[in-house]
Amino acid sequence: MERAAHLIELRDVTKVYKTGDVEVRALAGVSLVIEAGEFVAVMGPSGSGKSTLMNILGCLDRPTAGTYVLAGREVSRMSRAELAEVRNLVLGFVFQSFNLLARTSALENVELPLVYRGVSTREREARAKSALDKVGLGSRLDHTPAQLSGGQQQRVAIARALVGEPKVIFADEPTGNLDSRTSVEVMSLFQELGRSGITIVLVTHEPDIAEYASRVIVVKDGLVLSDVRQTPKPAAPLAAAAPAPEAAT
Amino acid sequence: MNPLRTLRIAARALWRNGMRSFLTALGIIIGVAAVIAMMAIGAGAKAQVEQAFAAMGTNMLIILPGSTTAGGVSGGFGSMPTLTWDDLAAIRTEVPTVKLAAPAMRSNQAVVAEELNWTTSVTGTSPEYFQIRSWQVREGALFSQSDLDGGTKVVVLGATVASKLFGENREAVGHTVRIGHIPFTVIGVLAKKGQSAMGQDYDDAAFIPVTTFARKIQGGLGKYLTGQIFVEATSADTTTRALKDISVLLRDRHHIAPNQDDDFSIRNLSEIAGAQQQGTETMTTLLASVAAVSLLVGGIGIMNIMLVSVTERTREIGVRMAIGAKPGHILVQFLIEALSLSIAGGLAGVAIGLGVATWLASRFKWPMLVQVDVILVSVGFSAFVGIAFGLYPAYKASQLDPIDALRYE
Repeated sequence: MERAAHLIELRDVTKVYKTGDVEVRALAGVSLVIEAGEFVAVMGPSGSGKSTLMNILGCLDRPTAGTYVLAGREVSRMSRAELAEVRNLVLGFVFQSFNLLARTSALENVELPLVYRGVSTREREARAKSALDKVGLGSRLDHTPAQLSGGQQQRVAIARALVGEPKVIFADEPTGNLDSRTSVEVMSLFQELGRSGITIVLVTHEPDIAEYASRVIVVKDGLVLSDVRQTPKPAAPLAAAAPAPEAAT
Repeated sequence: MNPLRTLRIAARALWRNGMRSFLTALGIIIGVAAVIAMMAIGAGAKAQVEQAFAAMGTNMLIILPGSTTAGGVSGGFGSMPTLTWDDLAAIRTEVPTVKLAAPAMRSNQAVVAEELNWTTSVTGTSPEYFQIRSWQVREGALFSQSDLDGGTKVVVLGATVASKLFGENREAVGHTVRIGHIPFTVIGVLAKKGQSAMGQDYDDAAFIPVTTFARKIQGGLGKYLTGQIFVEATSADTTTRALKDISVLLRDRHHIAPNQDDDFSIRNLSEIAGAQQQGTETMTTLLASVAAVSLLVGGIGIMNIMLVSVTERTREIGVRMAIGAKPGHILVQFLIEALSLSIAGGLAGVAIGLGVATWLASRFKWPMLVQVDVILVSVGFSAFVGIAFGLYPAYKASQLDPIDALRYE
């Protein structure tokens, strides 16, 4: 019953990389519980192990030892194909460099996770449209990434993470390539998603971005250094923000 | 995952790099086009050989007189007359597998008409000869047994000779031509027969009764038949049998001891035709294999470009994996891409190959032979090449680590 209680539960997770004869302990035994609906910011200097932690939480990598229970399923010993399915059904990803498919319309980019789920064309399109509506890009379905501003591209990426109705969205430095104004817009969007019940795990090295989260975990030398709950600073809501100047066409 | 959707993804990926995709497919296009053109050439050449041998005569044997041996030097077949007129009569009457037999004595002579002259091969023969060679008369008539018995001075001209002496449109029958100063009446012109497999013009010839030939051109009808004997067997199946029978008969008539060589030789033309056909087939196989090698090279081109494509799109692969593509999805995606390239190339190659074959057929007046099986095999083989050479890059793509792939610059 304990398993069903938490959305994410890491117990004594370690990750060791071997480069030749040198062993690097990226994670030195991390135990962590994240509840559904939390907005968690993971911080830490480079080399602290926060990326490794993120990869394991995102089911992109498997721990060397320890257990990871995600939404009631033990995922730390799953095969590559099983992990892909978990990522597809339970998780959503937002990256620093957007990682949209070039020369592919916003709509098709957003549809992509559903393609691998085997959803019918019609349903896929409907769900992708509504996801783009949610991020305020309902009028730019046919735009390719090259025709969109950085902020808009990131919103397409968020729509893509959203379309599969995930339990958790992982965002890896989502504002790293954006100006401060657009960053606030994106953070406001994340806060909105958090209010709708989606758990958000955000990696950042910017303290002012971490302020928007309800919990800040600092990682150092492969261990959790601090874990603080806070009152999130409200970001200006997206709807109130006029279209960014760069978005004007 | 929907196969149609996968195909669309592949088509788009290929379309984005249009020039590169075209150049990659070009290897397959050329390979398939070459295979199809080569096979068509082979089939056309084979048909032509068959036609040529059908023109020469079917179920035909040619008996050549034997060789002389003077001071240890063998003169070769035909250097000494060993066949006699009685041999011919015996072949006609005593060998049941022989349908027809005709003598053929040849000499190159100038044939002179009123205004023009033409040197050609003049053959003295009997009426059976035209049947054995399945040769029709175009105008006038052939000479008959009574011409042979009477040794009349009549001549049947080949189409080439008739046109050289009288022009294309003038009637030759009824005119007089001189062969070696002796006047002959033209009684017939033969229908066109074309070229032999060796390029010799069958129609460049004139035919006179063999008795007239012996008396007027050779200077006397002796015991020996100084030429060849053409034989038609009763059927294709009895040709070999007839050859054996004639050989036994002639050895007996010439009193040849069992340990002695024949003083004659018998050529089986259907065997020559078979050999010729086999030669064409060997050539075709050879050319087609060379073309098939180019298909293989085309496959390597596909593998090369697919590897480039996998490297280029490492990030895309990473993204697809992160959002839920299983290794199998990625494998299929790249495999379908390679397959689309090779099959599109194969189909284009078929179109070009057929075009080349049609052009060649019209240029060399061959029958156009579309071989459906060759087309199917070519397209099938290019698909196989696509899978075989696309598998490694696709596997490589599917085994990428999503984290590394996402980080790839």
